[in-house]
Amino acid sequence: MTQQHTFDVVIVGAGGAGLRAALESSRRGRTAVITKLYPTRSHTGAAQGGMCAALANVEEDNWEWHTFDTIKGGDYLVDQDAAEVMCREAIEAVYDLEHMGMPFNRTPDGKIDQRRFGGHTHHHGAGAVRRSCFAADRTGHMILQTLFQQNVKQGTTFFDEYYVLDLLRAPDDGRAAGVVAYELATGELHVFRAKSVVFCTGGYGKMFKITSNAHALTGDGPGVCYRRGVPMEDMEFFQFHPTGLYRLGVLLSEAARGEGGILRNSDGEAFMERYAPTIKDLAPRDMVSRAIYTEIREGRGAGPDGDYVYLDVSHLDPKVIDAKLPDITEFARTYLGVEPKKEGVPIVPTAHYAMGGIPTTVDAQVVGDAANTVIPGLFAAGECACVSVHGANRLGTNSLLDIVVFGKRAGVNAGEHAATVDHAELGEDPAGAVTRMLEDLAGHAEGERAAAIRLDLQVNMDDKAGVYRTETLLKEMEVELASLRERYARVWVQDTSRRYNTDLLEAVELGFLLDLAEALVVSARARTESRGGHFREDHPVRDDKNWLKHSLASRGDSGVKLDYKPVTMTRYEPMERKY
Amino acid sequence: MQVKLRVRRFNPETDSESRIETYDVPADPMDRVLDLLHWVKWNVDGSLTFRRSCAHGICGSDAMLINGTNRLACKVLVREVGDQITVEPLRGLPVNKDLLVDMEPFFASYREVLPYLVNDDPAPDTERRQSQADRERFDDTTKCILCAACTTSCPVFWADDEYFGPAAIVNAHRFIFDSRDQGAAQRLTVLNDKEGVWRCRTTFNCTDACPRGIKVTQAIQEVKRALLFRKV
Repeated sequence: MTQQHTFDVVIVGAGGAGLRAALESSRRGRTAVITKLYPTRSHTGAAQGGMCAALANVEEDNWEWHTFDTIKGGDYLVDQDAAEVMCREAIEAVYDLEHMGMPFNRTPDGKIDQRRFGGHTHHHGAGAVRRSCFAADRTGHMILQTLFQQNVKQGTTFFDEYYVLDLLRAPDDGRAAGVVAYELATGELHVFRAKSVVFCTGGYGKMFKITSNAHALTGDGPGVCYRRGVPMEDMEFFQFHPTGLYRLGVLLSEAARGEGGILRNSDGEAFMERYAPTIKDLAPRDMVSRAIYTEIREGRGAGPDGDYVYLDVSHLDPKVIDAKLPDITEFARTYLGVEPKKEGVPIVPTAHYAMGGIPTTVDAQVVGDAANTVIPGLFAAGECACVSVHGANRLGTNSLLDIVVFGKRAGVNAGEHAATVDHAELGEDPAGAVTRMLEDLAGHAEGERAAAIRLDLQVNMDDKAGVYRTETLLKEMEVELASLRERYARVWVQDTSRRYNTDLLEAVELGFLLDLAEALVVSARARTESRGGHFREDHPVRDDKNWLKHSLASRGDSGVKLDYKPVTMTRYEPMERKY
Repeated sequence: MQVKLRVRRFNPETDSESRIETYDVPADPMDRVLDLLHWVKWNVDGSLTFRRSCAHGICGSDAMLINGTNRLACKVLVREVGDQITVEPLRGLPVNKDLLVDMEPFFASYREVLPYLVNDDPAPDTERRQSQADRERFDDTTKCILCAACTTSCPVFWADDEYFGPAAIVNAHRFIFDSRDQGAAQRLTVLNDKEGVWRCRTTFNCTDACPRGIKVTQAIQEVKRALLFRKV
């Protein structure tokens, strides 16, 4: 039985962006938040280090410097108007959170405290600046909790553990008409009619094996949109965070280096001095990740296999560690049995953040082509979206900023849009496509499990589409993906029950990962230059003449089709990225 | 090494009562118990059902009973619990399937205590000032991830599911002792109810169970004291 619901606004996902959007849209229209996890399980809660805003609470700063850092950090693929919006509105966004009860750390005079973070500088690169507002090393946790608390206060309508599997678009003009969701508790489908649909579903790091991402981060929102004709922007740009726990990939925040932590190779050398003489360990993440791999490749990695380096905080005041870095030092103790107050913590780069995703305007409206034609009623914000404020490489802390600033904009605009239009007509049998997909997936009495196919996807993506890429590796990955797709067509879902069928859920998730991995690999192979998080060993230099443009990957009958659109420039001319 | 993993299974669609299934799982001492559950789900029985997401102790999805103690499956390693591991669903909440319980009663209690900042004064243009000492006053209880490990370890909660339970009180504490908050009186009235803080018998199970190291019993005692003296 398919149940029908009608709302003005439907928000998909309840991390920071979705919850921030809900606070705005539910003041403007009847809003439902549909989320496959309980809201507080969202991966916003894993963000650690902070949220940058040029409050200038502890030293001189202004939002124009923040804008410059964001654009330079993004290797000039950032849309400069969007970066200006984000960095200007950052200040109000932080104060908004504080007014909602966010427990920021404080300065001695009771203001919000700030600390250094990678790539954030004063006077356009002259030196590191204290810009990151934080709550110990659990800033994301506190933002998620604070936004959830405010939604409880406001009485937001949640559909917890409902998994959105399709976007409904009006048959006549393609505008958003609603979504189809699968209720985990019962296995039933629900059609939600809505005038505005907002995707805030987070990233898709689970296409890699070594990742800081949660199991839930399988790109469902972008995957749904991609299958319904929305192109994916800048998919080749994926961030590998320098400091993931060895073997596990669990994130150790850049805040460790912001507080004075140092990366060391097997000789104990603070090697970042050679790669970024000015800001050293606080260089942008793509540069630090490549530096780590260069150390490892040149034989200066530590450990029996020489395959990691150390994050060293042992010289910091133990009180600073306990007060400002308690969680990440506990991760090292719990998962590696290492005491960070005494010894270096083994780390490797870990797949962390998707710069690419659903293309939007600065008002969080989804656009459907290279001419930036808006798809009416469709919005996206947060990691699943590409505004693009992060360009080719996101600066640390700018993700929490992104979700709060653009989550708010999405909520405001979705609510206002809904007030001006009627519900679009649904086509016939709106849940039909999802019904058929689920029947197909569950229709094999034997075969290979999703887990086996997913593991092969992840291992291959790590090897062939990770920090270092080449034409040969990416070509191999395309071939591998074709084979993985064939295997996926015969996937076996062993659990046959209706309620909480997480076996079926994992199979569906894998489908989205495969689609998005293909878009990523095809986009990466085409881009014959190196920029930010996309590094081609066979094309190691940035090529502004040919490649200062966003890619758009669409799903065609004969594979992925690529298109390009210009980067929005305001006043920052591209220059060489040195730190 | 090999681990004998015993898991309490129950699917109400097909089972009239729960049963223990035993799996021999290849493991490394540094594996998380969650890794073992995944090994079973991904290699032996895809129908084994549990919640998990972040896998490093932050999202609060995978609290369960592990060798008789409430733990997060992603935060307890094989080397801590040995090669005989029994995993069961949290006690005191209805079991929906295998290790997955109905969290709604837990969140209902949480919502009762006004778990949000109450301050009706017009907001200033910048931040509300708060001294470092005032910020420190409620630091411990901001760590809560709503995993329910504390509440479902509490014998009072097992016996009386109307009791708010430790997690709700922790989240009330987080605001009662926040110098910016004005809702303490309202919250304390809620907690003074017969299902409120006075039901706590200070057995300390909750403090032992908390994967975030929150001093839960102490927080409850502080709320009781605030009630007695009506000041924070």
